[in-house]
Amino acid sequence: MKNIISIKNLCKTYNTGHEALKNINLDIKEGEILALLGPNGAGKTTLISTICGLVSPSSGKITVDGFDIIKNYRETRSRIGLVPQELSIAAFDKVFETLSFSRGLFGKKPNKGYIEQLLKDLSLFDKKDNELRALSGGMKRRVLIGKALSHEPRILFLDEPTAGVDVELRKDMWKIIDRLRKSGVTIILTTHYIEEAEEIADRVGVISGGKLLLIEEKKDLMQKMGQKQLIIELKKSISSIPESLTSYDLSLSNNGLFLSYRYDTRGERTGITTLMKAINNSELELKDIQTKQSSLEDIFVNLVKESA
Amino acid sequence: MNIQAVKVIYQHEMMRTWNTIFQSIASPVLSTSLYFIVFGSAIGSRMQSIDGVPYGSFIVPGLVMLTLLTQSIANASFGIFFPKFSGTIYEVMSAPLSHFEILLGYVGAAATKSFIIGGIILATSGFFVDLQILHPVWMISFLILTCISFSLFGFIIGLWADNFEKLQLIPLLVITPLVFLGGSFYSVDMLPAFWQKVTLFNPVVYLISGFRWSFFGISDVSVGMSLAMILLFLAICLAIVAWMFKTGYRLKS
Repeated sequence: MKNIISIKNLCKTYNTGHEALKNINLDIKEGEILALLGPNGAGKTTLISTICGLVSPSSGKITVDGFDIIKNYRETRSRIGLVPQELSIAAFDKVFETLSFSRGLFGKKPNKGYIEQLLKDLSLFDKKDNELRALSGGMKRRVLIGKALSHEPRILFLDEPTAGVDVELRKDMWKIIDRLRKSGVTIILTTHYIEEAEEIADRVGVISGGKLLLIEEKKDLMQKMGQKQLIIELKKSISSIPESLTSYDLSLSNNGLFLSYRYDTRGERTGITTLMKAINNSELELKDIQTKQSSLEDIFVNLVKESA
Repeated sequence: MNIQAVKVIYQHEMMRTWNTIFQSIASPVLSTSLYFIVFGSAIGSRMQSIDGVPYGSFIVPGLVMLTLLTQSIANASFGIFFPKFSGTIYEVMSAPLSHFEILLGYVGAAATKSFIIGGIILATSGFFVDLQILHPVWMISFLILTCISFSLFGFIIGLWADNFEKLQLIPLLVITPLVFLGGSFYSVDMLPAFWQKVTLFNPVVYLISGFRWSFFGISDVSVGMSLAMILLFLAICLAIVAWMFKTGYRLKS
């Protein structure tokens, strides 16, 4: 797959002296869904805003579909749709009008049929003549998505798309994103909800303190970084770990009813076989055994902690 | 050139006018009519004519300018301030649009609106006084140049202002006094000699003088001077706007 966005040595220092981005290097593949994870103030929005032309980079180079975002801004911007984090809308405009306005702004000729279909896809068609100020927060979010898609962009940026959004809309949004992906649109979304990234992303990037800490295929990431936990439930509770087992990295929980063992799936030896043998010899009686894969959240928390 | 974008910005701004038609058009017409009743009829009937022009007619160009200046500034400043205030400016700033195209859309619409209002006020004044226009082409040219320059000036104020108070500040504290002291209601040579000199530092004097010349063929300063001053003001505004866009002043970090 070819790269549709390429970011080289991107730095951004605001006039206040705040270093928002520190030497970011990132290639985004055409047609993928990339989730940028990071805590508040990590630099996610600055990164997106720079690609879209809302923030001037301090140094570095960004190309979109081979075009430089500064020299060839018309080419790059016409390919991009942006759904901002804030619900910024012109309160007195009507739904259909505001989508048509956006389409024109990006240089496309009016196309009533396309806008109407878009409104139907976003379940906004029956609201098309309503003023934006009369819409609920969720509806406004849909309008913003509609505006971003009004000029048929090939790349869609969603900045915190599900912040303050109810479950139903969130599901609808995933459906829309899925449909867009099938039509070949590249989607980049920022979030601090890890489940979101886990659910829909192909790749995950983690940003913290203005640095891109990692960028990985989601499944590789979970496999590579994934620690597993072996949880052994005992028939009778014990007050301390038997001496014969103290050499293993075990912890006791639930009033001595659970023994848990952390192991790394990346390691050549997980240590499970010898541990089981040792448990067998220790005369502990087992009730149940289960294993648990660590979630993206655990991975994320570990990474951010390490970098801090 | 992104013609579509200029078109939608222009239409969007003009639509705002139609949606607020009373505020946009009726209020300047009403206030101008009041000026005519008070200054033109009530007081004007007791005034002698100035350079052979009856006082009621004499104040027409000044009144048109007064409204034109305040309206151009108000329209253009609000037109760009509001998207900044509501946050919707992000869309314009991320669109494939050159600075010139943004100006064309916003300032073009504000200037058009002022031009229409100027026309309406002229027509209104026709109900109160006899109007003669000696140089109609010059009259229209002065009108258009003033609409464009002061809409540009309004655009600058709209970019600069980061709250509603600042948005009102310059029109209220600077423009209104300049217009009132710029010879809207009197001829500059009615002033004492010292104040005649002071008044020459007021750019609005040149605007009103040139505009009045296109009606009656009389002026306080030469027409060439008037034209040069308007063009100079236009050039200064363009330079400031260009600088603001280039540095991303209050638009881009």
